[in-house]
Amino acid sequence: MRIELVKRPQQSALFSAVSPLLALALTVIAGFIIFSFLGKPPLEALYIYFIEPLSETWQLHELAIKAAPLIMIAVGLSVCYASNNWNIGAEGQFIIGGITGSLIPILMPDFQNALTLPLMLLFGFIGGAAMGAIPALLKTKFNTNEILTSLMLVYVAQLFLDWLARGVFRDPNGNNFPGSIRFPSAARLPEIMPSQGGAHLGIVLAIIAAVIVWVMMKYLLRGFEVKVLGGSPRAGRFAGFSSTRMVFFAFILSGGLAGLAGISEVSGAIGQLRETISPGYGFAAIIVAFLGRLNPLGAIAAGFVLALTYLGGEGAQMSLGISDKVARVFQGLLLFFVLGCDTLIHYRVRLVFGDPVKVSG
Amino acid sequence: MQSGNEGTELLKTTGLTKVFGEVKACNGIDLSIAPGEIHALLGENGAGKSTLVKMMFGVLDPSEGEILWKGQPVRIGSPGEARRLGIGMVFQHFSLFEALTAAENIALVLEEKTPIHKIAETARQLSVDYGLPLDPNAMVGDLSVGERQRIEIIRCLLQKPDLIILDEPTSVLTPQEANKMFETLERLKAEGKSILYISHRLDEVKRLCDTATVLRHGKVVRHCVPRDETPSSLANMMVGSDVETVKREGAAPEFGKPLIEIRNLQRPPATPFSIPLRGIDLTVRAGEIIGIAGVAGNGQGEFFEAISGEAVQKSPDVITLNGEKCGTRGISGRRLLGVGFVPEERLGHGAVPSLPLSENMLLSRHQTDRKTMLGAFGYIRNAAVKAASQRVISEMDVRKTAEDPEASALSGGNLQKYLIGRELDRQPSVMIVDQPTWGVDAGAAARIRKALIALARSGSAVLVISQDLDELFEISDSIAVMHDGRLSEPVPIAEATYEKIGLLMGGAEPGHMAFEGVKEEAGA
Repeated sequence: MRIELVKRPQQSALFSAVSPLLALALTVIAGFIIFSFLGKPPLEALYIYFIEPLSETWQLHELAIKAAPLIMIAVGLSVCYASNNWNIGAEGQFIIGGITGSLIPILMPDFQNALTLPLMLLFGFIGGAAMGAIPALLKTKFNTNEILTSLMLVYVAQLFLDWLARGVFRDPNGNNFPGSIRFPSAARLPEIMPSQGGAHLGIVLAIIAAVIVWVMMKYLLRGFEVKVLGGSPRAGRFAGFSSTRMVFFAFILSGGLAGLAGISEVSGAIGQLRETISPGYGFAAIIVAFLGRLNPLGAIAAGFVLALTYLGGEGAQMSLGISDKVARVFQGLLLFFVLGCDTLIHYRVRLVFGDPVKVSG
Repeated sequence: MQSGNEGTELLKTTGLTKVFGEVKACNGIDLSIAPGEIHALLGENGAGKSTLVKMMFGVLDPSEGEILWKGQPVRIGSPGEARRLGIGMVFQHFSLFEALTAAENIALVLEEKTPIHKIAETARQLSVDYGLPLDPNAMVGDLSVGERQRIEIIRCLLQKPDLIILDEPTSVLTPQEANKMFETLERLKAEGKSILYISHRLDEVKRLCDTATVLRHGKVVRHCVPRDETPSSLANMMVGSDVETVKREGAAPEFGKPLIEIRNLQRPPATPFSIPLRGIDLTVRAGEIIGIAGVAGNGQGEFFEAISGEAVQKSPDVITLNGEKCGTRGISGRRLLGVGFVPEERLGHGAVPSLPLSENMLLSRHQTDRKTMLGAFGYIRNAAVKAASQRVISEMDVRKTAEDPEASALSGGNLQKYLIGRELDRQPSVMIVDQPTWGVDAGAAARIRKALIALARSGSAVLVISQDLDELFEISDSIAVMHDGRLSEPVPIAEATYEKIGLLMGGAEPGHMAFEGVKEEAGA
């Protein structure tokens, strides 16, 4: 017996629309089974995972803090993926953005005025964009596979950050702990409503970015170019669009937004440059981009969903003693089910029984 | 394997129906094929021919109705089962791997484990028997289209089928190659094999086929004997109305100044399997239509890319369009000179399949119509784009099912009318078209040819690349032939004959007749 995927002549519009919700439901069901096997009360665990993190105001702020980088990165990635360029290295671009943005408060601690923060954000964007431009250059010059190069550069960025935080950028008054000096307040992204919780401007920046990119994709020629080159490179060439320029545009935009998310995280949520600044936001954002159907506005909703799995993971670790790695399992399951639903919307499964046919004669 | 019983049908379908969503692609098809006959399947694009044949070959499951094979009802679940029954098929688009040899390609479909040298030997023997010379060890990438088709046919014959389905077999052949294939088919028929022959070329069907089934909109219009019909009566059955034949005005019109000038165009091959262009010279004047004939894969695609600017030249002097040296300009720059381009592939080159028609309008016109279609920051003025789209749809009589359907939802003929109309709407002074009516139904084809002639009469230069000789003879003022990346001198239509053009297509230089010798040496 073998299994074949047969393309459906027509896709159901209804199922295309509810596919993300279907994937969420399947993830919850799978979670139920996993918790049962772990010997934890599954309903309680699901409650801790998905409901409890939403029950108090300060927790909603925490949710916004986690969602901000996910949304910002996913917005860039959704453009990148729509143009058929596969940037898997947003994690690295996020880290480099965090580093380049931090150069200002670390190297020039006395430069504190109204320009400090905007310059840091700009540096963060440029750093991430430059990091993103590396796989773009390799792809266009040497025809390398951008999935591999962008992914491998993540490890370069992580180790570089580790070296900086433990080495040259280590706070001299930090009792030998890794990490830079704490940023002065002029270099900190302000909180939105300090009386209620810790959410900083990062989430606002992320939503603004999502709206701008959405407008670009829907109304501007540039968005059209992304769609055309992503859907059919040859037709793109016929239209006079350059696929080389598109590779750079996609990587610089997604890298830049990842870098901006990186410096927002460092100057907003953390307040100093540490040896790790991301619990895998750059990878989780890939899930966000797909869960949001590669639509920048969809990425906002999807970003909050993924942020919930981070918070739920922390909660479950505290109350049930489940490893926080379970959060990663949930993220993986979610991506699996999103892609699975999409595949089954486009194809149906056919089981073929019997042995290969013998030719007579 | 038993032979078919005398007197009974080899294959018979009753009420065969295939439903896709709400569309009945095939609707209650009754058809029967007797042993030892050549049966033609005729119909416009989208009439349901491919769907029907795919059901017979086990690619699609019928929704209703049944297939009788030698009098027994059968369910054909896969191409493997179809082959086991004795049904073989040669597809229109070859399914061959270019980097493998002929014998290796044949081995891929055989589901038995036979050593490759044995397959090569059997294939060689068969090819000699049927007058289809073939070197089994030649790399497919090195072979001409005609030779590739031989591999497909031999691959099919190796399985000793009783019924052979041929999908538009001559669309890629020179007239001489086609004649050879007809001889092979006659031989197969004499051996008692049946052939289901799908073709657009009505005179071919009339000459070769014993019976014919005509489909329209998924239904059988008529069963007939092609010898008793005329090509135009067959065409009328297919289209359902009288097809206008395009008539050229008698006297050659006066031509104006040169609008397309190509001087010694060279292009190295872009991939191991593409054809280099070797010093092409061509001039097309205002009011003139020049046709470029040639067997598929002799550099026409490469030539189109070079002249459209999808591939640019090193020096501006190589190509002059509308009086402007533009060899180094890209396609948008050349469009701005008043040049319109329509490529061979509709979906994926001339149009993005997943985008609606109106957005496909923007594809070729975002620079030429920048002022009307775009605002600040490249803001797309939807109203202007939709208006242009609507204009083309009504001008070219594009039939569609939805308000602004995706390009892939249109039939080939309607999409082609749209793509031609998209350029004509700009009133280009130079128009370059690759395969204007490839796979397009007769009604749409006539409409497109008429539009091209009208454009030339209004003073534009028109260059048409086509494999359809009838079409070129119908519309061109001169015909040049492309072979192996070279272009012959244009032959004025008054001096052109099918034989002359056919010889040029086979690679003979004007003046000597080395056609056969040239074609037979296939790889080492």
